[in-house]
Amino acid sequence: MSVTATDQPLLDVRRVTKTFGNLVACDAIDLVIKRGEIHALLGENGAGKSTFVKMLFGSLQPVAGEIFWKGRKVNISSPAVARGLGIGMVFQHFSLFDSLTAAENIALSLDKKIPLQDIAVRARDLGEAYGLPLDPDALVGDLSVGERQRIEIIRCLLQEPDLIILDEPTSVLTPQEADRLFVTLERLRAEGKSILYISHRLDEVKRLCDRATVLRHGKVAGDCDPRKETPASLARMMVGNDIKIARRDVATGGKGEARPLLEIRGLSQPPRGPFSTALHDISLTVYAGEIVGIAGVSGNGQGEFFESVSGEMRQDRADTIRIGGVAAGRAGISRRRGLGAAFVPEERLGHGAVPELPLTDNLLLSRYATDGGAFLRGGPLKILARHRLQSAVGSIVKAMDVRKSGENPDASALSGGNLQKFIIGRELARKPAVLVVNQPTWGVDAGAAAYVRQALIDLARDGSAVLVISQDLDELMEICDRIAVMNQGALSKTLPSAEVTLEKIGLMMGGADKAA
Amino acid sequence: MEMTQAILLTVATAATPLLIAAMGELVVERSGVLNLGVEGMMVMGAVTAFVVAQMTGSAWLGMVAAILAGAAFSLLFGFLTLTLVTNQVASGLALTILGLGVSAMIGESYVGLPGIRMEPIHIPGLSQLPLVGQFLFGQDPIFYLSILLTVGVSWFLFRTRAGLTLRAIGDNPGSAHALGAHVVRIRYLAVLFGGACAGLAGAQLSLVYVPQWVENMTAGRGWIALALVVFASWRPWRVLAGAYLFGAVTIGQLHAQALGLGLPSQFLSALPYLATILVLVLISRNRRSTMINTPASLGKPFVPDR
Repeated sequence: MSVTATDQPLLDVRRVTKTFGNLVACDAIDLVIKRGEIHALLGENGAGKSTFVKMLFGSLQPVAGEIFWKGRKVNISSPAVARGLGIGMVFQHFSLFDSLTAAENIALSLDKKIPLQDIAVRARDLGEAYGLPLDPDALVGDLSVGERQRIEIIRCLLQEPDLIILDEPTSVLTPQEADRLFVTLERLRAEGKSILYISHRLDEVKRLCDRATVLRHGKVAGDCDPRKETPASLARMMVGNDIKIARRDVATGGKGEARPLLEIRGLSQPPRGPFSTALHDISLTVYAGEIVGIAGVSGNGQGEFFESVSGEMRQDRADTIRIGGVAAGRAGISRRRGLGAAFVPEERLGHGAVPELPLTDNLLLSRYATDGGAFLRGGPLKILARHRLQSAVGSIVKAMDVRKSGENPDASALSGGNLQKFIIGRELARKPAVLVVNQPTWGVDAGAAAYVRQALIDLARDGSAVLVISQDLDELMEICDRIAVMNQGALSKTLPSAEVTLEKIGLMMGGADKAA
Repeated sequence: MEMTQAILLTVATAATPLLIAAMGELVVERSGVLNLGVEGMMVMGAVTAFVVAQMTGSAWLGMVAAILAGAAFSLLFGFLTLTLVTNQVASGLALTILGLGVSAMIGESYVGLPGIRMEPIHIPGLSQLPLVGQFLFGQDPIFYLSILLTVGVSWFLFRTRAGLTLRAIGDNPGSAHALGAHVVRIRYLAVLFGGACAGLAGAQLSLVYVPQWVENMTAGRGWIALALVVFASWRPWRVLAGAYLFGAVTIGQLHAQALGLGLPSQFLSALPYLATILVLVLISRNRRSTMINTPASLGKPFVPDR
């Protein structure tokens, strides 16, 4: 590496622009990253962060603007070019291959022709040096999300990059895992490497980063030293106005008198596939008027648990699950809906909604078995009453503040946050006695997330039982009355939110409570 | 003794075309592409091999032409599904129907003509060994190619960087693209390889198995090859086992029919299919291993980011 003045920036991006059709995803963005600094890129979903870093990594090409790397103008035409320059990337949705081993996954991204055996050894050594232990022969599909992230990071470090781009790295980690990651990042900074840290977690950015660039609607909304800002001032830059914090009435009445609306007794289930988790003797009761949260690192059985409760996976014994007092363990999803339950799965497109169908059809599909009759006419002919569907969609859109283009767009045309608001609104419109929701605000921007949380609180206040599965501990502590932790397919006992601390929950998420 | 030798030889002859076609399709499917046109590419190979051998008098030239014809025909499939991103199932079915029609047209004036047989290669000394001598060391060149192909595909997929990339693309083309792999280009190469193998399998039919041209002479072998790939959980050596099992039961039931065992002939004819499915289902009943080997993106079209 040539000797350069220390004040010359490592990366200097000038007026970079990217458009998709009429949409301007990135509008003349400027960004300067110095050597040895951790630089935060902040912004809501849809602010253009992902598009921007894809251009830095060569996955997308800008339509205008210039990128200078170590003082030299460069054209990053592909990820291989980016790697050649010394730019490495750790993706948010890991670009890993489930059916390959850790070493094979690492080998795929190395351009040099190193034998697989050597890669395994080097990956293990490097992992140990940076506090990222790794078994090179493990199948990725068997690993936890935290372990997968380690593979991504080691894969990136093996290329000896000068700039490492991390896309929302802590969104999938326990607080303890995140702490460990920060130690690794600080070590890299001490070695003179630069890091572009993409996040919407303001406390992390304040704690870790030297500089922050804030994006809003594809434009740079501000550039600051995050340590001199408050979370509220950073949030204002991101959103453009103050975010509402969801409010909950603390006194929700004595549990003694409240009616149990959702009862789960001794739910066990063997794993369904090589990458699926078994459930072990889960018992939980959710009473009318309360919100119960289930915390845990993803992949610990939350998906399987949700499917068992919703009826996608039926149980052998009917009394395993009771909805409103009725044994429903062997009932399918429609029957459970008929008993007054509503379900919002984690995966919005393809599970919560059919991407290529318009909102009206998506509305009817989930409510067909319960109150679908209201949207049909012609008696046994069951003809769709288009205008009634349309007006029902209209009232959901209005109630939940769904931003959409056109009167009745396809589900896939809505942004993640807006589609989530629509799906939750669709279920809420039925006034369900029981609502089970998995990752209600995953990938949803702060404004929409606050809206969704408030809607859940309002539903519980009106006397429904709400069960929320989430990885976001702050969210659970904000809205839940009681919290339990899921770890390796088993559920801890529930704790009142008031007694819960982040440290306590984090230890339980890592399974440490069992050792104690 | 003589009888055993003869049976072993006929088993190999029946198994080889299945093995070659299935091995090609295995590579295609490992890259995430489902080409249901194996039957069509195979029959194109068969007619091309026969016609070129007739015109040039050389079975070897016929074989090379069949490989090229199969590859060229698969290129049409590649263009439809990889460049135009059409539905793979429909395109593959169309390829089969087209192949059967075009081959019948090309071969019309060749029906019933005596063919040119590809002569076996005898390895001196070794082919005289009792029992397995003929089987292992006195076979036609395409038999040896089929064994080399199995070794080669297994080595390529699991021991080379390129094979790793191919498997990664079949598992998750989006991620592979993000890492800088040329997904469409590699899938094209896989499809071409599959076509070349199907063409070679067709050549074996019209140059070795039955040296003549009959319309629709593949008689469903392309479909059996496709099924073998699935039942063998996309693993090369299991494909070999499946192909030979199928060949063995096919020949065995012919002998059984000749002996007049008193079983319905329809049942005996169905036996190879039943036995192969049963055995391959049994060896692949470990669901974990099957799911790991199944290309996760099989049949799903891939369009790179803008």
